[in-house]
Amino acid sequence: MPEDLNWAVGGEAGDGIDSTGKIFAQALSRAGRHVFTSKDFASRIRGGYTAYKVRTSVESVESVVDRLDILIALTERTVDENLDELHEDSVIIYDGERSMMSDFEAPGEMTALNVPLKRLAEDAGGAIMRNIVALGAACEVTNFDIEFLDESLEKRFGGKGEAIVDNNKEAARLGAEYVREETDISTPYDLETTDSDYVLLNGDEAIGMGALVAGCRFYAGYPITPATDVMEYLKGRIEGYGGIVVQAEDELSAINMALGAARAGARSMTATSGPGIDLMTETFGLVATSETPLVICNVMRSGPSTGMPTKQEQGDLNQMVYGGHGEVPRFVLAPTTIAECFHKAIEAFNLAEKYQLPVYLTADLSLAVTEQTYEPEEFDMDAVEIDRGKVVDEDSIEEWTNDKGQFQPHAVTDDGVSPRAFPGTTEGAHMSTGLEHDELGRRTEDTDMRVQQVDKRDRKVDTAREQEDFDYREFGDPDADTLVVSWGSNEGPMLEALELLEDDGIDVRFLSVPYIFPRPDLSEEMQSAEDVIVVECNATGQFADVVEHDALTRVERINKYNGVRFKADELAEDIKRVLGETAEVEA
Amino acid sequence: MSSETRFTDFKSDKQPTWCPGCGDFGTMNGMMKALAETGNDPDNTFVVAGIGCSGKIGTYMHSYALHGVHGRALPLGSGVKMANPDLEVMVAGGDGDGYSIGAGHFVHAVRRNVDMTYVVMDNRIYGLTKGQFSPTSREDFETSTSPDGTNQQPVNPLALALAAGGTFIAQSFSSDSQRHQEIVQEAIEHDGFGFVNVYSPCVTFNDVDTYDYFRDAIVDVGDEEFDHDRTDYDDARDLIMDREKEYQGVLYQNEDSVGYEKREGIEEPMTDIPEGAPEGAMDLVREFY
Repeated sequence: MPEDLNWAVGGEAGDGIDSTGKIFAQALSRAGRHVFTSKDFASRIRGGYTAYKVRTSVESVESVVDRLDILIALTERTVDENLDELHEDSVIIYDGERSMMSDFEAPGEMTALNVPLKRLAEDAGGAIMRNIVALGAACEVTNFDIEFLDESLEKRFGGKGEAIVDNNKEAARLGAEYVREETDISTPYDLETTDSDYVLLNGDEAIGMGALVAGCRFYAGYPITPATDVMEYLKGRIEGYGGIVVQAEDELSAINMALGAARAGARSMTATSGPGIDLMTETFGLVATSETPLVICNVMRSGPSTGMPTKQEQGDLNQMVYGGHGEVPRFVLAPTTIAECFHKAIEAFNLAEKYQLPVYLTADLSLAVTEQTYEPEEFDMDAVEIDRGKVVDEDSIEEWTNDKGQFQPHAVTDDGVSPRAFPGTTEGAHMSTGLEHDELGRRTEDTDMRVQQVDKRDRKVDTAREQEDFDYREFGDPDADTLVVSWGSNEGPMLEALELLEDDGIDVRFLSVPYIFPRPDLSEEMQSAEDVIVVECNATGQFADVVEHDALTRVERINKYNGVRFKADELAEDIKRVLGETAEVEA
Repeated sequence: MSSETRFTDFKSDKQPTWCPGCGDFGTMNGMMKALAETGNDPDNTFVVAGIGCSGKIGTYMHSYALHGVHGRALPLGSGVKMANPDLEVMVAGGDGDGYSIGAGHFVHAVRRNVDMTYVVMDNRIYGLTKGQFSPTSREDFETSTSPDGTNQQPVNPLALALAAGGTFIAQSFSSDSQRHQEIVQEAIEHDGFGFVNVYSPCVTFNDVDTYDYFRDAIVDVGDEEFDHDRTDYDDARDLIMDREKEYQGVLYQNEDSVGYEKREGIEEPMTDIPEGAPEGAMDLVREFY
């Protein structure tokens, strides 16, 4: 595991925890350090407990760990909530002049650093800046150059005027000075900087950026945690490309608007989370049957029903793969990293248009709301290719008309894909319907045509399997007897778990699968392994079910469904436990 | 668009399966004539419908068309228009489709004011499911699901539209073909959401709201002696809230209305996109520094 520092700020919702954490994360990123963030938040606007955690290293970091080195605690509950992760070298920065923290004493051997956050913030121009004072103190404790924090403050508050920026910088400086001059703390922490320039973004933002670059021009959605960031990202940016974000009255409207826009020829998307997917399912069938290209982004959270809206889960696989009445082909793409959210968003639009069907692009909450640093080149714009599929124009439409000169938008073809005429195309007028239809798009109950249309739609999946590279990514020891398979955000912690396992002499081969349907054929890999373990954030093992079915082999399951993502060390222990159990059985 | 378009160009070669005498024939003919008269042709016209007898309209018309799921025609039409403002978008629905399952969308489509025309074929009954009461059925109306008479108040669609900030609110009668066509034509020409509730009698299941009933009951607010100023909100409200009479004509129009898509700055169809990432795409990445 990389040499890392784990930092957090915690307090009540409404304390500005999120922006405080983001400012520090950005300062670290500006200083050429890798950052991986995570958030503990509750479904409320004010009060409760909320925290923003930052893991940072000069090497790449892709997960969280069970250790906290520096904690800015605005409430005593913050300390209680994180007690398991604190250790004897941990430093807790708190404000002993606040009545609720006046009796605070550090548990165990750890250091409690009492900094008058509010008083110093007032000296700098306002109590609201107490978190910034704490950031300055944290810089001093970690020997981190405060000028990087200045840069981050400029970015954050630049729009509000020079005075605000200066006040914040002053607040940070007062915090650092106080630690330097008024306390005798000595810590083992030393945040070295590098010359690298990283960008810092979360999965929702990466999806939004990918959609924009892919030519998405129409977005309709209804706010829902944790998908709203996609809409907020696109709003204010998509307009610059001649597009529009519409906040619809509900999810039913959102997907129907997106469908209408797609039929009109726009690259179109909606994003929601589980409960929204439920509402969209009726229209999902219409999207599929009318063979309309549409990207439906499902940012998964804990279900069922409203479940735990702000907590991690990968519980919607069955809904995405099987959801809807009747049988319709769809694709389900599941990025496994934040950067891949960008790449898969582009791919989703290409697949939707090439095969004229709905594509689920799904991220789990952990991918969506946490941030990670990347080299900007990771988002290679020169490599972006747009494939709009079989679009016909006035010149080519004749090939696709019947002997009466009527355009056949549902022509039965060998590859299952029919021609597509954008409205406005001369002689292309046609009807699209959710009813079963003939090649012209007109309702039919003809038994032969029903079979032909069903087969034609299904054939797209076979064609795509031949033409596309629905592959997995492979890590670890290719010759290991133990095979671990996972999807979504589990890739990050699993990569670090591999190293921990290797340290213990356990070799593991790891496959991370970003295509849920169609998915790569894993049967050979699974059958040749001694132990197959599927890791996922749900209770029943929905992905384990499908790969087990594909490969006709039994798998072991590691499931986490308490609302918190996997941590690397925990995952390594889980794998050891499973291997230990299977070894005992065999013995 | 061609000035030579005739309304028959909008006819498909499918024979309607509506019952003989159904009001929907007249409603559809008026729509086709109004489209032709306003200079549209099948290639620039997009007709959207939901489910029910009204939902079949896309099959009988020749244009780009989308037959949606029950009650969702307005969001579909809104998406089409926003993505391509060059298209003439007409949404057709029934009273069940529009005021029952789609009532939420109706209110929001009205207040969003996308530049399209919404024609509701209101027969005050569920026809295709064979005769249950609808949201516009009169109180005490006896149907298969209300054998003792409905005990629900009928919705007032014009009042709903007015309350939601409607900018064009009209009503017509399908058998008064000339007036119906004129009113739909005005709705098309209105910049914003042109709403026309059309009395479109069901000859099979509704023996109360019949042609004869409407012929006698209708008062045309366009008549000279009526002297109705459609831009006068208070006057419009009084007429709309008066449920004793059946009014025909444009009851309210906000002449300052500008369609949502225009206010959002949509000028071009969204059909053309670059073959790769758009120019300057790396700036999107740099925002995350």
